[in-house]
Amino acid sequence: MASVLRYGTYIPHARLLRDRIASGAPGERAVAGFDEDSTSLAVEAGREALRGCPVSPRHALFASTSHAYAEKLNAAALQAALDLPPSVVALDVASSASSGLAALGLAAVIGAGSPVLVCAADVAAGAPQGPRELAGGDGACAYLVDGVDGGGAARILASATYTQELLDTWRGSEQPFPRHWEERFALRLLVPALAEVLGEALRQAGLAAGDLDAVAVDAGHAKAALQLARSAGLRPDQMANDLSGSVGRCGAAHAGVLLASLLDTAEPGDRIAVLSAADGATAVVLEVSEGIADHRPRRSVRRWVASKRADLPYRTYLKWRGILPFEPPRRPDPPRPAAPPMQRSLRWKYAFVGGRCLDCGATNLPPQRVCAHCGAVDRMQDVPYADERARVATYTVDHLAYSLQQPVVAAVVDFDGGGRLACELADVDPAKVAIGLELEMTFRRLYTADGVRNYFWKARPRR
Amino acid sequence: MASRGIRDRVAIVGMGCTRFGEHWGRGPGDLLVEAAMGACGSAGVDRERIDAYWMGTLTSGQSGLLLSEPLRTGYKPITRVENYCATGSEAIRNAAYAVACGAYDLVMAVGVEKLKDSGFSGLASAAARPTDGTQSSMTAPATFSLLAPAYSRKYGLDRGTLRKVLTRIAHKNHANGARNPKAQYQRVVPEAAIENAPRVAGMLGVFDCSGVSDGAAAAILCRTEDAHRYTDRPLLIKALSFIAGPADGAKRQYYDYTTFPEVVASASDAYAQAGVRRPREEISLAEVHDCFTPTELVLMEDLGFSSRGTAWKDTLEGRFEIGGEQPVNPDGGLKSFGHPIGASGLRMMYEMWLQFRGEAGERQIPAPKLGLTQNLGGAPGRCVSFVSVVGAN
Repeated sequence: MASVLRYGTYIPHARLLRDRIASGAPGERAVAGFDEDSTSLAVEAGREALRGCPVSPRHALFASTSHAYAEKLNAAALQAALDLPPSVVALDVASSASSGLAALGLAAVIGAGSPVLVCAADVAAGAPQGPRELAGGDGACAYLVDGVDGGGAARILASATYTQELLDTWRGSEQPFPRHWEERFALRLLVPALAEVLGEALRQAGLAAGDLDAVAVDAGHAKAALQLARSAGLRPDQMANDLSGSVGRCGAAHAGVLLASLLDTAEPGDRIAVLSAADGATAVVLEVSEGIADHRPRRSVRRWVASKRADLPYRTYLKWRGILPFEPPRRPDPPRPAAPPMQRSLRWKYAFVGGRCLDCGATNLPPQRVCAHCGAVDRMQDVPYADERARVATYTVDHLAYSLQQPVVAAVVDFDGGGRLACELADVDPAKVAIGLELEMTFRRLYTADGVRNYFWKARPRR
Repeated sequence: MASRGIRDRVAIVGMGCTRFGEHWGRGPGDLLVEAAMGACGSAGVDRERIDAYWMGTLTSGQSGLLLSEPLRTGYKPITRVENYCATGSEAIRNAAYAVACGAYDLVMAVGVEKLKDSGFSGLASAAARPTDGTQSSMTAPATFSLLAPAYSRKYGLDRGTLRKVLTRIAHKNHANGARNPKAQYQRVVPEAAIENAPRVAGMLGVFDCSGVSDGAAAAILCRTEDAHRYTDRPLLIKALSFIAGPADGAKRQYYDYTTFPEVVASASDAYAQAGVRRPREEISLAEVHDCFTPTELVLMEDLGFSSRGTAWKDTLEGRFEIGGEQPVNPDGGLKSFGHPIGASGLRMMYEMWLQFRGEAGERQIPAPKLGLTQNLGGAPGRCVSFVSVVGAN
């Protein structure tokens, strides 16, 4: 069939203790920053997957139930931010929490020599104190799949889908939050669907349930995995942690995040099944490749999970998600960015591609016609800088600047490879900023004005 | 580069300045009329005698019509000038060159700003250009607050001491403003109140920031040989320098946020024009661009009043107070006189006008020899700077 060449994940920095949502609720959920959305999360996961990878995707599928734009291709922002060639076939895949795993299954059958990047990301928001807000989490994953048999991180042995029209979770375009039917009804249909796709995928792969080293189940209903295990004869030691206590269910990305957390620690030869239940069920069965160790991302799910601030107040969370109105500072609202200037600086704005002077070698951020260092004219060459590491040269905590999260922490950032940029810091404790603090760049949505999502880069303390 | 200057060739023969502050009841036109009429009255001329005008404003209007319409100047050349917060100084510089070259005999430089109509905190630019949305969102106090940690680190100054220095600067300028009937704030502020004020950006609290205000100021200039027709105590222009820097401080790592190279360049040019060799000894008093307290600290070094890394000591020792060896911002500065952008450079010159005529009342500095005004616009690493040297003889 096909293989996962590379994969990557991204879990945002903030955690909300569920006890703060509803007294006594266990665990915590990952929370996208006020400056993040499904697109920025997907970009971060995509960067993890593609870093250092010689293969460039020809297709880019972006699965989410919380796409930033209802009309305007969200996958095009991925193409731009990941600096993929314009010839890439970019598509948004939407509407169902199972769409991420379904897109992975689809990628596996597209064929050899046509690598597919599958990104899935969700900001799982729900009505305050409701089940989605409590059980949901925000996160992203990315898989680079090619129709080659073996190599990379894992071989995709089989996939199966069972499509089921049923009223379980729904949200119309006029509704801010999803609604849910009675759980017992959904389980009655979804558990057999899960068993069906698992059985079918195992049959295709020539395996029995007992041959699996790990089974990850993504379902909106906590009981689904237990009931599946019972009906399919899976042992408790085969069932993977569903990250519900530390991350929460991140919508379309969740199945992929679970699979990644298994790949992070799997041994070559391990067989893994990953399932997702929503609007039916999907299963993918994989076998871990010999070279897995060389194809893992820089950061494991475990590392992301451990890198966090866990003190987010509930009212801050509600403000970040736009649920709780607040009085803006007495400052002008940020203006809508203009289309022609954005187009002119596309690679700078989206992919953080700077300029390097061919005469003196200095880095110019952003690129400009006349080198800021030596004055040479029109000697600028593109230099990708998104992965360049940096340090704080000097900094401030701005209590006056407009932001959904005040105060704004801003710094003058010096890059190890040369060049300097004044920009906002993300995911930072204002009290812990100091000259010399080590930073890395992160793709963010600075603000939204007139519906326009203004994406650009910030620096964050290294995670 | 040739910068010959116009030393002693042009004189200021009349000035007017409104009180700065919250003029809820008056628009930009009303303020311009008050400053312009004040300058005419001071020079003893009707406004019909003015040959040409240079009018500065950053945000309060556009074109010479902002002045011609309220002042009813008839059919006269009026140039609208804008160069960030140094706009008022640019109006003076261009007006001075026009009379120096003989194109006109009597001209007016006037500046105005009406900041309090926006309803925003601090300085907020009303007309936003279309951009790609990637620009830094740092506010003015944030950009100038970048100086504090950099200065502290470079000279090994602990935060507590630096805080004391900044407090002394704010305290001095408030105390000076308390002696100035035209200042926005005319109250001595206790040091504890300055230190415990609500934070604005970095180490800066509310009292580290200049007053956001409305106001206007105007000057009438002519060639020095004609000055006696208007006054027996003209203020002579010794030097005018203006520098727009390369704006690369936030792009190149050489810049360390403890200096304004643009100020160093404009001061060096102005000193050459005026024949000043030892500014620490030769400049009797200065009005400088204390938009935020760390700015004044750094300016003392950039202007050569203190050697590098020592302005904080000079500040603590009281060198720059009215009774000190080299008074700085005796009128209260931007800090307490207020900062209506287009008027500020002219307001600095207005203090020189009063001081060199002996009209500065209870803040009068005895027998000043040379005075300096320094006005900048932009942010550390990305700014324009103006320096003038003036005197009575």
